[in-house]
Amino acid sequence: MIQLKNISKTFYSKNKEVEALKDVSLEVKKGEIYGVIGYSGAGKSTLIRCVNLLEKPSSGDVYVNGQKMNSLSPAKLREARKKIGMIFQGFNLLQTATVYENIAIPLKLTGVSKDEIAKRVDKYLEVVGLQDKKESYPSQLSGGQKQRVAIARALSHEPEVLLSDEATSALDPETTESILALLLKINKEFGITILLITHEMHVIQKVCDHVAVMENGEIIEQGTVMELYSDPKKETTKKFVNSLFPHDIPEAGLNVMKQQGPIVTLTFVGESAGRPSLSMVSKKFDVHTNILSGNIIQLKTQPYGRLVAHIQGEKAETDKVMEYLREEGVRVDEVNIDEL
Amino acid sequence: MNYSIVEFYDRWGGMIWKATLETFQMVSISLAISVIIGLPLGVLLVLTRPNKSLENKYVYQTLNVFINITRSIPFIILLFFLLPFTRFLVGTSMGVKGVIVPLVVYTAPYIARLMESALLEVNKGILEAYEAMGIKTRHIIWHVMVREARPSIILGITIAIIGLIGATAMAGLVGAGGLGDVAYRFGHLRFEPEVMYVTIVILIIIIQGIQSIGNRLAAKMKKD
Ligand SMILES: Nc1ncnc2c1ncn2[C@@H]1O[C@H](COP(=O)(O)OP(=O)(O)OP(=O)(O)O)[C@@H](O)[C@H]1O
Ligand SMILES: [Mg+2]
Repeated sequence: MIQLKNISKTFYSKNKEVEALKDVSLEVKKGEIYGVIGYSGAGKSTLIRCVNLLEKPSSGDVYVNGQKMNSLSPAKLREARKKIGMIFQGFNLLQTATVYENIAIPLKLTGVSKDEIAKRVDKYLEVVGLQDKKESYPSQLSGGQKQRVAIARALSHEPEVLLSDEATSALDPETTESILALLLKINKEFGITILLITHEMHVIQKVCDHVAVMENGEIIEQGTVMELYSDPKKETTKKFVNSLFPHDIPEAGLNVMKQQGPIVTLTFVGESAGRPSLSMVSKKFDVHTNILSGNIIQLKTQPYGRLVAHIQGEKAETDKVMEYLREEGVRVDEVNIDEL
Repeated sequence: MNYSIVEFYDRWGGMIWKATLETFQMVSISLAISVIIGLPLGVLLVLTRPNKSLENKYVYQTLNVFINITRSIPFIILLFFLLPFTRFLVGTSMGVKGVIVPLVVYTAPYIARLMESALLEVNKGILEAYEAMGIKTRHIIWHVMVREARPSIILGITIAIIGLIGATAMAGLVGAGGLGDVAYRFGHLRFEPEVMYVTIVILIIIIQGIQSIGNRLAAKMKKD
């Protein structure tokens, strides 16, 4: 649905050059939710703005729904943009217009008929759950409600693609959840392909099918969310994944523990996250297990858990335990104390 | 000299009323023309400034310098300096007709500046959101930029009106009349201080009134 091919973008400002994107390629399939994550200044906004040509790539090609975007005439580009919705961190609503007008004005300016406008505003305000706020002004709404209006505005053009630039970054955790749930609903109900940008891993975890990690204008790693969670290769990716599994284990105790048996990271995916493999271990083998830290999170399609545990016992026994756990579908990695 | 209010009214009322109308006439006509010229210039200033969509050094700098020059000349000097130009343009340099030209030359650049700063306040994210929806630039200018700037535009125009009323006081010099002219002629030249006080009070009331109408309108449009 969206293809970026070898996109580079250099900004020239007073005797300074910033290479915001360096040869970035990415493909978003129809109907999926694709997340791009990275720290501030990584080039995420520049990347997403290249999709609808708000930013013109210095080189490379952009395709949306098979159409090459970067060689369109201004009029054709406007037509193409009508089918690409976009939402922003700052909502970008007209302050001087009601919720109704905020959705109706852009429709009117893109030549939608009066009757159709009234229908669409009602329909999409209902989708976002704000029918009763039609006559309110943005200043009378909460951040979450403003973002809902912005989403209704985007949907009212009945786009095929929705671009989201940090749409939840200005919202509190609870509101973020509800906006993410809304994005999922839009994706399912209307089949709208979503490309979203964030610096928060739990946004990726909640809604995304695919994810790309950006750093210094490059995509350093990409894959399904499960692939990246279970086997992050790059330092930055690891940091992002680890941010979901905080562990603060007292260092002093670790060396002592290490004498009595291995410290392991157990990664559970899907099925195995639900099964009590670890508790079975101390019954079946002559070991004690002790969970040092851990967390199970719900990815979009399946649960994913990670525990740091200490297995206390003779080496022969603990080896058997690890083999047993692996057979159960748990990924077992022995931990270096320095890595904790 | 001491009058009763009735005597004063009988003697000067008609003249002051006429002067008030002349002031309204001069202000409203030159304001209308100045807005018609100043608003587009303000838009042009915003669009052509560095790093903006229609960035154009030459247009921007030319406008910029032109506006600064006209704004540095005091009105009284502009009035005389423009005499030949005024005569060429409207056939006379006298009366209300003759004073409109210098008033517009004086006010339009000022309004352009006020519009520029009002339009610059508009959140550029909103403009971008509309660009991303495939909306034409001219529609964005009118339906987003000017619309969102309305409260500041109203305040700007209020300031401009008050400046204009001040400038019309000098219009008497080309025989255009008006309240300022009455105050000057009778208060200063013919020593009828009562007439001067009354015209000053009327001017104060008008200016207070305009300012509070402007403030109220702007607040109403602001919606927050
Ligand atoms: N218009 C511009 N002119 C000059 N430099 C720019 C411009 N826009 C972005 N940059 C630079 O490009 C780099 C990437 O910026 P970008 O906004 O894409 O980052 P980001 O990943 O979205 O960061 P954030 O999470 O803070 O929004 C930064 O170094 C930024 O300073
Ligand atoms: Mg950004």
